[in-house]
Amino acid sequence: MSSLSRDDVAKLAGLARIEMTESELVELSSQFGMILDAVARVQEMDLSGVKATSHPQPLENIARPDVVLPSLSPEDALSGAPAQEESRFRVPQILGEAE
Amino acid sequence: MALPTYDEVIAKWDPVLGLEVHVELNTNSKMFCSCATEFGAAPNTQTCPVCLALPGALPVVNEKAIESTILIGLALNCKIAPYSRFARKNYFYPDMPKNFQISQYDEPICFDGYVDVEIETDEGTKQFRIEIERVHMEEDTGKSLHVGGATGRIHGADYSLLDYNRAGIPLVEIVTKIVPGTGKYAPEVAKAYVAELRDILRGLKVSDVKMEQGSLRCDANVSLKPIGSDVLGTRSETKNVNSLRSVERAIRGEMIRHAELLNEGKKVKQETRHFQEDTGLTRSGRSKEQAEDYRYFPDPDLVPVTPAAAWIEELRATLPERPSLRRKRIKEEWNVPDKEMEAMINADVLDIVEATVLLGADPTKARTWWLGEISRIANDQNVAIADLAITPADVAELVALVASGDLTDKLARQVVEGVIAGEGKPSEVVAKRGIKVVNDDGALMAAIEKVCAEQADTAEKVRGGHLPAAGALIGAVMKETKGQADAARVRELLLGHLGHAAN
Ligand SMILES: [Zn+2]
Repeated sequence: MSSLSRDDVAKLAGLARIEMTESELVELSSQFGMILDAVARVQEMDLSGVKATSHPQPLENIARPDVVLPSLSPEDALSGAPAQEESRFRVPQILGEAE
Repeated sequence: MALPTYDEVIAKWDPVLGLEVHVELNTNSKMFCSCATEFGAAPNTQTCPVCLALPGALPVVNEKAIESTILIGLALNCKIAPYSRFARKNYFYPDMPKNFQISQYDEPICFDGYVDVEIETDEGTKQFRIEIERVHMEEDTGKSLHVGGATGRIHGADYSLLDYNRAGIPLVEIVTKIVPGTGKYAPEVAKAYVAELRDILRGLKVSDVKMEQGSLRCDANVSLKPIGSDVLGTRSETKNVNSLRSVERAIRGEMIRHAELLNEGKKVKQETRHFQEDTGLTRSGRSKEQAEDYRYFPDPDLVPVTPAAAWIEELRATLPERPSLRRKRIKEEWNVPDKEMEAMINADVLDIVEATVLLGADPTKARTWWLGEISRIANDQNVAIADLAITPADVAELVALVASGDLTDKLARQVVEGVIAGEGKPSEVVAKRGIKVVNDDGALMAAIEKVCAEQADTAEKVRGGHLPAAGALIGAVMKETKGQADAARVRELLLGHLGHAAN
């Protein structure tokens, strides 16, 4: 069975900005192993000649003309923002002093 | 230890450059949604569910942006990929509400190109080939305003305010391969490259290329290796250098900073640095000690771009003459002195002068009008020459009117004023203002006789051989004829009248 180390999971959690407790990190490292095993079964099949896909439909060149359509009003745009100021989205401090 | 001088740096170290230029395209709508791209609009007035990353919103690529990017690739001698895809570049930063930027990763739309640039040196003109690694499409980020802390910097700010008008504006990134072998000319070569790119992009009409507004931004990678060594040094990346002069200053400054560290046996840190316009120095930004992990993967919401070969050839056929070659051609064809050529380029009148010449005007005359009188009026009114209500056709007509003797240069200047004031074409201004050259010798002779009678003493002096006194009389005659006479003809007739016939 594949497995991911506790540190691997901690790194992934960091990249995804998810805070996890020590016990969650340990628990997930074994669960990830099961997920990887499940996906790995694909590799047991003969896939020579099958191109990697990134889209379920065999489509190409879907584009739109360069035409402006109305945008949201700033009120609507900001309506879901937890905080706003001067018609802008207000977000917490981005970098700490030390960074 | 004192900073090494630039000469000391280049005596020992060999700079290697890498340049990344970001260009905002001038499409009407954004890269993946139909929001407008107007510069300077009120905050968050150009956003929609797609560029705000609201759940369920799906991006659709702007076909004009693809076309513009292919044009850029072709102009930079790149190959155009028959198949390329968009990828998600994942990072957490509030300037991108999706928490990823749509970009291209290992399948850029254009690759393997080059640009030749020339610089003038003490050893004559030198040419350098800058190889292009890739040209790819992505989207610009929102603009943040950092509140609290010192001078709006992100460090020490209490919080930040986000305007997403710019988020999603089509951005093209042009990345060079490493540029070795520029030696002491590295800063100038980099500047010449960015200038050349700017000219090419302007010629393609795909971007406003305004560095001061950020529609053209340069990141400069610099490293030093000992002269003769094959081992590359550690590079620093100076971000968002926003003028041509700053490109040169930033690279020169980084070369000196690296050399100082290396001379003292210290290491250059691989990091992002920010150029300080006021001091010409850079300051440390994000450290890249932990390599960034953007976890790129193909964007499942977008389908591959597979431009048809025939379309690419169609686009190739529309490429304009390369600006630097065009300048060379024009300089030769019109026989323009260096200084004047530079003045035309700086005043950005090359297009307008060429259009005037194509309408039949003499190149020197056309150039003189646009660079002289018309530039002066534009300066006085504090507007761009292109925004004045005078066209190449007007100037061509003016030049013709002067050549045929219907106008003197002085009268033509009045006509220019009239055209710019909206009084119509030159011939209409001439008719409306009743401007005409007095070349009727009879009328002139009447004025001369009148003046000589009024200023009999002066006339007598001239008759007696004191020719400089004639100036006053000529001036009076010109006044009498309201400046519409040809001064040279007046002089000729006056001197004849007073016994000094020509020859
Ligand atoms: Zn939008």
